[in-house]
This record gives sequence, structure tokens and C-alpha cells, in this order.
Amino acid sequence: MAEEKKPKKLNPKRTAVQEQDPALRRRNFEEVSLGYSAEEAVLEASRCLGCRNKPCVAGCPVSVPIPEFIAAMVSGDFAEAYRIIRSANVLPAVCGRVCPQENQCEGACTLGKKHEPVAIGRLERFCADWRMKNGARAVPEPAAPTGMKVAVVGSGPSGITCAYDLARLGHKVTMLEALHEPGGVLFYGIPEFRLPKKIVTAEIDTLRQMGVQIMTNAVAGKIITLEEIMGRFDACFIGVGAGLPRFMGIPGEDLNGVYSANEFLTRTNLMRGYLFPEYDTPIRTGKRVAVIGGGNVAMDSARTAMRLGADEVTLVYRRSEAELPARAEEVHHGKEEGLRFEMCTLPTKIIGEDGWVKAIECVRMELCEMDQSGRRRPNPMAGSEFEIPVDTVIMAIGTGANPLLTGTATGLVLNRGYIQADPETGKTSIPGVYAGGDIVTGAATVISAMGAGRKAARAIHEYLSSMKR
Amino acid sequence: MHKILEKKLLRPPDVFFYKVSAPQVAAKAKAGQFVIIRLHEKGERIPLSLAGIDPAGGTISLIVMAVGKTTGEMAALKEGDEIRDVCGPLGNPTHTENAGRVILAGGGFGIAPLYPIGKAFREAGSRVVSVMGARSKSLLIYEKEMRDISDKVLITTDDGSAGMKGIITDALKGELESCGADTVMAVGPAPMMKAVCEATRPFGVKTIVSLNAIMIDGTGMCGGCRVRIGDKTKFACIDGPDFDGHLVDWDGLINRQKMYKAEEKESFEAWKKRHNLS
Ligand SMILES: Cc1cc2nc3c(=O)[nH]c(=O)nc-3n(C[C@H](O)[C@H](O)[C@H](O)COP(=O)(O)OP(=O)(O)OC[C@H]3O[C@@H](n4cnc5c(N)ncnc54)[C@H](O)[C@@H]3O)c2cc1C
Ligand SMILES: Cc1cc2nc3c(=O)[nH]c(=O)nc-3n(C[C@H](O)[C@H](O)[C@H](O)COP(=O)(O)OP(=O)(O)OC[C@H]3O[C@@H](n4cnc5c(N)ncnc54)[C@H](O)[C@@H]3O)c2cc1C
Ligand code: FES
Repeated sequence: MAEEKKPKKLNPKRTAVQEQDPALRRRNFEEVSLGYSAEEAVLEASRCLGCRNKPCVAGCPVSVPIPEFIAAMVSGDFAEAYRIIRSANVLPAVCGRVCPQENQCEGACTLGKKHEPVAIGRLERFCADWRMKNGARAVPEPAAPTGMKVAVVGSGPSGITCAYDLARLGHKVTMLEALHEPGGVLFYGIPEFRLPKKIVTAEIDTLRQMGVQIMTNAVAGKIITLEEIMGRFDACFIGVGAGLPRFMGIPGEDLNGVYSANEFLTRTNLMRGYLFPEYDTPIRTGKRVAVIGGGNVAMDSARTAMRLGADEVTLVYRRSEAELPARAEEVHHGKEEGLRFEMCTLPTKIIGEDGWVKAIECVRMELCEMDQSGRRRPNPMAGSEFEIPVDTVIMAIGTGANPLLTGTATGLVLNRGYIQADPETGKTSIPGVYAGGDIVTGAATVISAMGAGRKAARAIHEYLSSMKR
Repeated sequence: MHKILEKKLLRPPDVFFYKVSAPQVAAKAKAGQFVIIRLHEKGERIPLSLAGIDPAGGTISLIVMAVGKTTGEMAALKEGDEIRDVCGPLGNPTHTENAGRVILAGGGFGIAPLYPIGKAFREAGSRVVSVMGARSKSLLIYEKEMRDISDKVLITTDDGSAGMKGIITDALKGELESCGADTVMAVGPAPMMKAVCEATRPFGVKTIVSLNAIMIDGTGMCGGCRVRIGDKTKFACIDGPDFDGHLVDWDGLINRQKMYKAEEKESFEAWKKRHNLS
């Protein structure tokens, strides 16, 4: 890389990426971003300064060798670029699309101090898509069988990564998934227009080709307890996510037309409700929709409602726009698609008529002094109550820990419902049982769940090796 | 894939009995639990109570009333056909310990889960009285089976063609007045369970109901099955399906069950049209 010359004239702006026209895409489920062409990818890659201290790598939760893969792209060797990314990241096609790069690699990029940072996420996506289009998918050759059996509970990003690494090391992996389709939030939560399901399915197929046995419709805690798992397997990884939706506890939440984001997105993505009645599961949006919350889940719900045919979709968030936790790109895309933003607003009541939602009553919030999270604390302003007429309300205010497995696992130490695990190894209070992802940290990110799966795989491998000796 | 090993018409024209191969579910299931099935790739997930559990044979039994698209499609399946997904056992088993004298009240397909539940109560040492209601004699299902697991069976029909003329709550009240009970368990359509709870309330007898809220995943992930129990919101799939009937917000439940009425109709009509049924 040292020999890589800086481009003579550095473009302060990142190379634009083709996107579906907002006026069209707000009504379809096709992917929003069309991705770079090879020329655009090389052009963007050549913006990388190849700087010595690589702050981007430090900013990446799984330390992808970013300057190295970008250098390979500049020289046109996309296969090598892919290989480099894949050495650190099992799901580049997913991460290139959904990682909050602005807080991670791109947020740390040296170029970003003066100009726009290198579009690392788009480059990562390009390499992954290029690989999928050109030639066979990379199915690594697993090591010789160790004779050790590991159960991986949950097939979200943490489980996928853990299973992948363990299978590669020659362990026999059985994955248990409660739903009929593996993939976790990647399948049931994140919508098609942001993450096409065929990408998730392809990653799952890779696992199968590596010999991972995937059992769907298998709810651990019900069909098999943790104790029984440890009787039949040598070790276990728990990556069951944080899928218990929260409600606000305000009047009217049980009216027809009130959804949790999880239900709304599950009906749409997992059950393909947007293709009703070709697919059997119905979903209702009505004409006016309010989505409560400001994270990725809220954005996905709002943009899905738009695609299901709503006339007006309003995002109701209690803090200011600057504090929206959603990925910046999604906020930008949502705005282009015509979402209405009611910021500094808190719902106080859902008003119904004949059992159905009719309106939502809100108050305005003023932002006061900082709270523990370092953000300004919102307080309701007296007398500011107002109503928004809506047919549908979607609650996207967060999730809690699901008790199905943990509630039946004796000896597993929990912390407010979440599994207590060593952040470096995923080790829990039970020997041989490891955990990672949202069930340990609370709702977080795809990449942090993957990082946890990888660390746990390493620790499980060491544990199994020591057992053998 | 789960093969249908046996299918029969239990009550013409629309109530069917199925014995389905599901060894892992059968090995674990307990009375009062349910499964969620999906018939095919484009199918919806629907919850069905376990009407029979045979761990040795590796099978589960279901009793299904054809009321819409999915249950209608199921009615068209034959022995040897396969169900794509069977997920379970889900929900918590019914508490059958130390129940004393138990009255089971079943309406419609509610009789299905009551059979294994009654059996479990009996095995735990309870005395079991079953109260079954139907519009007329020919609509009664599972009478013989219920007699097998009950110390006493009371039947009511609207037209008096079998047992006592009247509705199920009449027989229930009579039984409570004459003999009393420690526990009443009701399973059936929500309005029927609501009526049972209203009938038992003045007697102060503990009344357990099994709630049939609309469900999708059955794992606590979607919250679509939420019900108000006293002043709390509960998820029927993981906190239930059994709840103290005197605390249930029945009107809320009944309202939520209507959420997709229009879509259900659209889907069922389209399916019937495709298959030249009416
Ligand atoms: C709508 C939405 C949008 C998001 N957008 C982004 C984004 O843009 N970028 C980003 O980085 N992150 C995003 N996230 C967060 C990210 O998806 C999660 O942090 C991540 O998926 C967590 O991974 P996980 O492996 O811990 O679990 P999950 O992905 O939650 O998967 C857990 C799996 O375990 C299964 N399971 C649960 N209980 C059991 C059991 N008892 N037995 C068997 N299986 C069980 C579940 O069915 C599920 O399939 C989003 C989340 C949502 C909901
Ligand atoms: C825990 C539980 C146990 C049940 N056990 C049985 C049983 O043993 N036998 C039986 O015949 N039925 C049972 N049901 C009801 C059964 O699930 C519904 O009849 C079925 O979903 C109807 O689907 P459909 O497409 O045929 O009809 P639809 O036309 O979709 O619906 C007809 C009726 O079923 C209700 N319903 C629709 N979808 C669902 C759903 N996903 N979950 C729950 N209710 C729904 C609707 O409120 C509507 O009133 C049970 C329901 C629950 C929640
Ligand atoms: S069915 Fe989804 S939470 Fe109960």
C-alpha cells in the first residue's frame, strides 16, 4: 500500500451511488440503493489515503483490514478485496448495507476530518455483490472433524458467525431456530428494500454447505431445555436476540390498528404480508400511520408503511432530529420518501372509536439538561397537547429480553433478563455455555452481534480443545 | 415436513380430527399447550391446541374447525399429505396439580384441548366433571372420549335432543349450586368463555380459561397476542394461554380477534373461488 500514490486531485465528495427514484421506491419493496458499478467503485476506492494509523480499522467492531481491501480494489482485484474482507467479516453483503458506518469506520476516516469520508460501506457491499455475481460462492473447506458437537441457539448474525467459525474449525454444529426461517432480525425485521432476503438466504446456504445442520421451528426452552442441550452437545452458544417488544403503557394500546414494530415488520417480511392475498398473512396500514420511536426499527416501520400504501406516515420522536438514533442514511432516505417528522413529541394516549384507532394524542417536549446518556432530557410542556388523526400506530420504542430460553435455564445468571456473559469470550455462569449478541447487550447492531459470535467461537474452540486433552 | 397419518370428519360438515407425525413435539408436549402450524410456503402461521399427545407413537392430535382460508385448506388435506411446519410445544402447560374437584366446560373446538387437560387433572388425583354444550345432539363431538376421562358428564343442547335442554352455563350453574367445585376450566370461543366466567363469578370459584388471541410467532416476539389481564398486559403465547378468567378483558380480546375480518373474508372467498367451492 505504501507504493499506492495519493490521487493528484482528491475529490472532497464521495462518489455518488445510484438509487431508485424516491417517487417510485416509496411504493415498492425493491432495494433502494443500486450499488456502485465497477468504475464507480474503483473511483471511490482511489479516494482512500492509505494512511498509516488506519483509524477506520480501529473504528470497525470486527477490525476488517479496510485499507488493504480498498488497495486491492484500486488495482482492480475485487476477488482479493473480497477475500480480505471475508477474513474478518462473515457477512459483508449484509454489513455493507446495514452497518451504521458513520459511527464506525467512516466516522473515524482521516479523510473525513476535512472532506467526506471514504464510502467504505458501499465499497464493502460492492465487493460482496461482485463476488455473488461472479463465480461460485466462497464456501470454506472445514478443518478435519474434531468429533465435538456444538449447539447454536438462534440464527441471527451472532449465531450465524459463531456457527460459521466453529464449522470451519471442524466442529459439528447444530443450529436451533424458533421461526420457520433462519436469519433472525436479518430475515424477519430488516425490510427487503434495505436488505434483500436472497442475500440472507445465500449466507444460510453457505452454512448448510459447510455441514451446519439447521433445525427450524425449534424453540429452545420448549422443545429442548438448556440442560438437555448440554447433555447432548459438548458446548452451546446462545444468540437468541432481544425480541420482546415493549409498549408504552399509555391508554388505547390494545385497540385494533396498534402494532408493535416487530409484529408489523414480521407480518411484512417473514410472512410476506405485502403480497397478500397471494401469501396468506394479512397486514393493515390504513391511510394515516404514526410510528413512535426514532431508531432503525422505527425508520423501517415507517418506510414499510409507506410502501404498503399509506398516504401519510409520521415519525413521532421525543427528542430532536439531531438525536435520532437511526442510521443517517435511513433518515435521509426516509425524508426523500416523504415521511413526516414530529420531533420533540411524546404520545400520551391513543384514541379509539368502535375498537379501532382514530387518533393519537401527543404533547410537545422541551429538551432540558443532559441526562446520564449524555443527551438532553426531554420534558413535556404543559398545555401543548394536540392530536394527530391516524388509522395505525406502530410502537417502535425498543425491546426487552425474551424469557423463553433463559426462564427455563437453571443456573444461568441473568441481569435484568439479559444473560450475563464475559464481553471478551461470551462465557456465562454455566461451563460450556456461551452467549452473545442482543441477548447479552440489549438491542445493538448486526456487527456487534457478529463480533460477539466470533469471540465466543474462539472461546468455545479453546474450551473444547482443553476438554479433549 | 409432518405427515398426516390419520384424518377423519368428527362432526359434519366442518370439524376434523388429524393425527400428525411430530415426534419431537410429542416427546415434550403437556396438556394445555399448543402448536403453530404453517401448511405451505405461502401459508400463514395458525395456532392449534393439542388434542392428543402420544410420545411413544411420536404423534400429536389436532381437532380443527374449518372457519377460514387456512383451516379450510387443512380440511382439504388427505391422509398421507404433509404439513410444512409444526412448531411447538408452545405456551405453558395447564396447572393440573392439587385442583380438587374440577369442572371442565368446553364449547366448539374447545373440547379438543380439554381432553388431555381432563386426563392430566385425573392423573393428578382430581375428580373431573365435564360440561359439554352444542346446538343439538348431532353437533356434539368427543363425547365418548370425554366420558373416558370424567367422573361425571353433563350435556346440554339448545334443542334438548341430548342431555338437558339449555346452554352450557345453565348446567354449570346447577352443578356449582348442587355440588360446588374447586376449579372451573373453560375452553372455547371467547364469548363462551366470557359467559362461563360471568356464571362462576358469584360462586367465587377459581376459573381458568385458555385464550385464543390472534398469534404469529408464538414466541413472545411480536406482541400481537397481547391481552389485558387485570391491570397488566400479557402475551397469550408465552404468559398463557391459561389465565384467571375473572381478570380477562373479554371485550378487548373479542375486539382484537376481529382485527382482520375483512382480509380473512377476502382470502377465504378468493380461495374458494379458485377451488370452485362455495
Ligand atoms: C427492524 C430492525 C432494523 C434494524 N436495523 C439495523 C441496522 O440497520 N443496522 C444494524 O447494525 N443493526 C440493525 N438492527 C439491530 C440488529 O438487527 C440486531 O442487533 C441483531 O440482529 C442482533 O443479532 P442477534 O444474533 O443477537 O439476534 P437476532 O437477530 O435477534 O436473532 C435471534 C434469533 O434467535 C431466535 N430465537 C429466539 N429465541 C429462541 C429460542 N428460544 N430458541 C430458538 N431460537 C430462538 C429468534 O427467532 C431469532 O431468529 C435492526 C433491528 C431491527 C429489529
Ligand atoms: C392458542 C390457540 C389455540 C387454538 N386451538 C384451536 C384448535 O384446537 N382448533 C381450532 O379449530 N382452532 C383453534 N384455534 C383457532 C385457530 O387458530 C383459528 O381458527 C385459525 O387461525 C383460523 O384460520 P383461518 O385462516 O382458517 O381463518 P380466518 O379466516 O383467518 O379466521 C377465522 C377466525 O379465526 C381467528 N384467527 C385468525 N387467524 C388467527 C391466528 N393466527 N391466531 C388465532 N386466531 C386466529 C380470527 O379471529 C377469526 O375469528 C386456536 C387459537 C389459539 C390462539
Ligand atoms: S404470538 Fe407473537 S408474541 Fe405472542
